[in-house]
Amino acid sequence: MRSLVETKHLTKHFALGRKQSLHAVDDVSLTIDERETVGLVGESGSGKSTFGKTLLGLHDKTSGEAYFEGQKLPDHYRPADFQHYARYMQMIFQDPYSSLNPRMTVGEIIGEGLRLFDDRSSRQIRDAVGDWLARVGLERDHAARYPHEFSGGQRQRVGIARALIMQPRFVVCDEPISALDVSVQAQVVRLLGELKDSLGLTMLFIAHDLSMVRYISDRMAVMYMGSIVELGPADEVYFTPQHPYTQVLVSSNPEPDPRMERTRKTVPIRGEITSPVNIGPGCRFASRCSKVMDICHKVTPQLRPISGEASGTGAKRQVACHLFESASSSTAAVV
Amino acid sequence: MKESTEGNDDPAVLAVSDLHVEFDTYGGVVKAVRGANFNVRAGKTLGIVGESGCGKSVTVQSILGLIPMPPGRITRGQALLGDIDIIQQKIIDGEDIRGNRIGMIFQDPMSSLNPTMRVGDQIAETLIVHRGVSSKDAFARAVELLDMTHIPEAGNRAKQYPFSFSGGMLQRAMIAMAIACEPDVLVADEPTTALDVTIQAQILELLEELQRTTGMAIILITHDLGVIARMADDVVVMYAGEIIEKGTVDDVFYRSAHPYTLGLKMAMPSNESTRETGLKPIDGSPPDMFDPPAGCGYFARCPHAMRLCERHHPERFEVSPHHYANCWLQHPDMPERAVLDLYRGPASSEGPA
Repeated sequence: MRSLVETKHLTKHFALGRKQSLHAVDDVSLTIDERETVGLVGESGSGKSTFGKTLLGLHDKTSGEAYFEGQKLPDHYRPADFQHYARYMQMIFQDPYSSLNPRMTVGEIIGEGLRLFDDRSSRQIRDAVGDWLARVGLERDHAARYPHEFSGGQRQRVGIARALIMQPRFVVCDEPISALDVSVQAQVVRLLGELKDSLGLTMLFIAHDLSMVRYISDRMAVMYMGSIVELGPADEVYFTPQHPYTQVLVSSNPEPDPRMERTRKTVPIRGEITSPVNIGPGCRFASRCSKVMDICHKVTPQLRPISGEASGTGAKRQVACHLFESASSSTAAVV
Repeated sequence: MKESTEGNDDPAVLAVSDLHVEFDTYGGVVKAVRGANFNVRAGKTLGIVGESGCGKSVTVQSILGLIPMPPGRITRGQALLGDIDIIQQKIIDGEDIRGNRIGMIFQDPMSSLNPTMRVGDQIAETLIVHRGVSSKDAFARAVELLDMTHIPEAGNRAKQYPFSFSGGMLQRAMIAMAIACEPDVLVADEPTTALDVTIQAQILELLEELQRTTGMAIILITHDLGVIARMADDVVVMYAGEIIEKGTVDDVFYRSAHPYTLGLKMAMPSNESTRETGLKPIDGSPPDMFDPPAGCGYFARCPHAMRLCERHHPERFEVSPHHYANCWLQHPDMPERAVLDLYRGPASSEGPA
């Protein structure tokens, strides 16, 4: 399959005063194939949203590159760049309450992209907006209403229509269902799935709900303090996690099954995610890891394919952990 | 890890019956809770599950007198703690039961603590008010309580203000405050919703540990079926202000008797679901609580709805001992085929065989 979106060593640091910087995203290389859905999971503060936003140019990159169809995306987006790429890449936001302008009607919100970046007549835009409202399961005459007249699930449908009316090839979904109730989550997930199939979309699906990400994604990437620690087919990462952090994450995720919960072995974990300010070399998970070794505090582990024996499959899976580095490959650069 | 709890003849520490709560709003009267009945067993965990707006928080807050009245109003019902109706009487032997015999923790620990008071002083205040302990002893006890909730360096932490605590630690401090007076019942209203899964696991483990050591009962309010499966002995499922199913956790999960409970389970991805089997969303949205339907509140969304359900409010039927569902499908005269369809699921005719 052809790759559609690729990042190479993508890094985003936020400056906090003169000597401090927060390493939100650190050296992330990820390839997303055409029509693939990659799920990105991690705790709050792990940098998953920042990664999505930096990828789309909503944050400037500190270093590293991003590519769309093999073409390098600009390091700093000028208005003309946004105008150009809005047709190819879009974002669906987490909070359907704060991401829609309360002073604009739903029709204005959905049609704004076409109005700014396309040269259609206002009549054509109105028709397109109506079509999209129907497509996401709302009524055509809802275009004249304001966001406050809708429920959370309906607003998220407006957010989806707003992003997809541009007919993008690639969509970043930043926790699109976290703010919704269980029964409504499934409605929105079904809608996204249908639209993905009919439009041939490629998606980066950011969420912290592991079960939902496993269900939606082809591949799953686990992020911890700005780095991807494990990457592989979603079912394999979920059912046979290899990185100690992924193991903790999966074992902490309660399943709606009482018998399973009674027999669950919880992998204990110490402490909480620390703030990634001015971090030095070494594994970021070392301070909480139960299998920590000396090397973990000195050398940053790189994301590497793991052998077939460990995962039971080919080299599709990648883990950034010293436990999986064979003696021959321990030449990782000491920073 | 909990044992499976099949029988539940244990004595109830808190028995709520026929609770009705209303709110006056500009749009009219919202009937937020319409006839809630449930028992909380000593030393056990009762899970209350339902979607936002179904009345699960209001049920518990109204019992504790934590809803503003007016506009809120308890129109009927009683809640017996021992033999005292705590809806009528909040003071027992000169002591407010709240914070004393019933402790409470909330969803958002950041906004539940006073940002201008040291954490230790806030915990100590509970003891000073309810137990009349000297402030010095109370502070020492607060440090012990923080230690019980596994906050490292409790002595130093007690002297700090809430802003220097992380979300998980604030929730631990809230728990320390809630258990300070060794309550019979701890009410936990979405205690882990604002926390990450790894921290959620730590907090749930802490609650289980404290329940084992103190023998308190827990009322756990959540929308997360996974948390219910992990923690609860008994489960109450609420929809549109009513309890529509209740029973032991195994009854409610494995022998669900109400279409809404089944719908909730099928709307969540489990370990078996794949994109081929699909999630089955519950279409539509909950009914208007200003004017609740005369019949079943779930009628408009229910794949098994019958003509009967539109007009006639379902009675409560006993499915098996201690397992109840408010659904006409459980009526003893219901043809067996209709009930079997329920367990087979609504999509059995059109979905993949």
